[in-house]
Amino acid sequence: MSTLCAFAAGLVFGIGLIVSGMTDPGKVIGFLDVAGLWDPSLAFVMGGAILVGFFAFALAGKRGQTFLGGALHLPSRRDIDGRLVAGSVVFGVGWGLAGFCPGPALVAFGAGVEKAAVFVAAMLAGMVIYHAAERLIHEPRRRAT
Amino acid sequence: MTIDWAHFTPWVSLAGGMLIGAAAAMLVLFSGRVAGISGIVGGLLVPRSGETAWRLAFVAGLLVAPAVLLLLGALPGLRIDAGFGGLVAAGLLVGVGTSYGSGCTSGHGVCGLSRLSRRSLVATGAFMAAGVATVFVTRHLA
Repeated sequence: MSTLCAFAAGLVFGIGLIVSGMTDPGKVIGFLDVAGLWDPSLAFVMGGAILVGFFAFALAGKRGQTFLGGALHLPSRRDIDGRLVAGSVVFGVGWGLAGFCPGPALVAFGAGVEKAAVFVAAMLAGMVIYHAAERLIHEPRRRAT
Repeated sequence: MTIDWAHFTPWVSLAGGMLIGAAAAMLVLFSGRVAGISGIVGGLLVPRSGETAWRLAFVAGLLVAPAVLLLLGALPGLRIDAGFGGLVAAGLLVGVGTSYGSGCTSGHGVCGLSRLSRRSLVATGAFMAAGVATVFVTRHLA
C-alpha cells in the first residue's frame, strides 16, 4: 500500500512538473537569466509547492506517523557545512548549464526525449562516481578502527 | 531587469507547483518519505533492504507521467539548447553535486523549505545563485 502511494505520488509529481513548465529547460534557463529576458514563472512553481508542502509536513510532524501507521523518515540534520554549500553550488552550475534538474530530467526521459536520456545517464554516472569516491575515502579509515 | 511576458505563466506554474506540493504531501503522509528526487534515485544506486520498492515505485510514477498526461492532451514542447557535451557535463555536475550537497530542487527547494529547514534554505540559495551565475556567464559573457 505504501509502495502504491509512492507510485501515485511520483505520477502526480511528474504531472506537476510538466504542467508547471519545469520540464522545459528553456523555461528554467529563462528563470535563471535574471540579466536577460526574465521569466519569473518558476518562483510561482516553488511558491505553489511550498504552500501545499508546508501544511503537509506540519501535519505529518504533528501526527508523528503516516496515515497508514508507518514511521516517518525525515532528515534530522541541522548543521550547515561546506559539503552542503559546495555540493549545492556544483549542482547549481550543472542546472544552469543544461536547464535540467533530476526530477524534470527523469520525466523528459520518460517522454522519450533523447537529450534527457543523455543527461540522466550522465547524472547517474555522477552519483555512482560520488559513491565510489566516498567509499574509497572512508573505507581505509573504517578498517583501521 | 526585463520581464519575459511572452513566456511568463504565473497561474499554470502556480497550479503545477501545487500539484508538486500535493505529491510531496502524499509521499510524506502515506509513505513517510521526503520527495527529494536526487536522494530517491541515489538510494537506488546503493540499495538497502526495505529501501528499494518505494523508490522504484516513485521513479516509475515520474517516468509514466508524460504518457498519462498525453492521454489528456498534448505535451508541451521542450527547448533544449545544450549539445551532447554540455548535457554530459551538466549531468555529471548535477549527479555529483546533489549527492555531495544531499539534495536538489525537490528535496531542498520544495520539501526542505516546506519544513522550514535552515540547511535547505542555505542549499537552495547556493544552487539558485550558482544557476543564475552560470546562465549569466553562458548567455552574456561567453
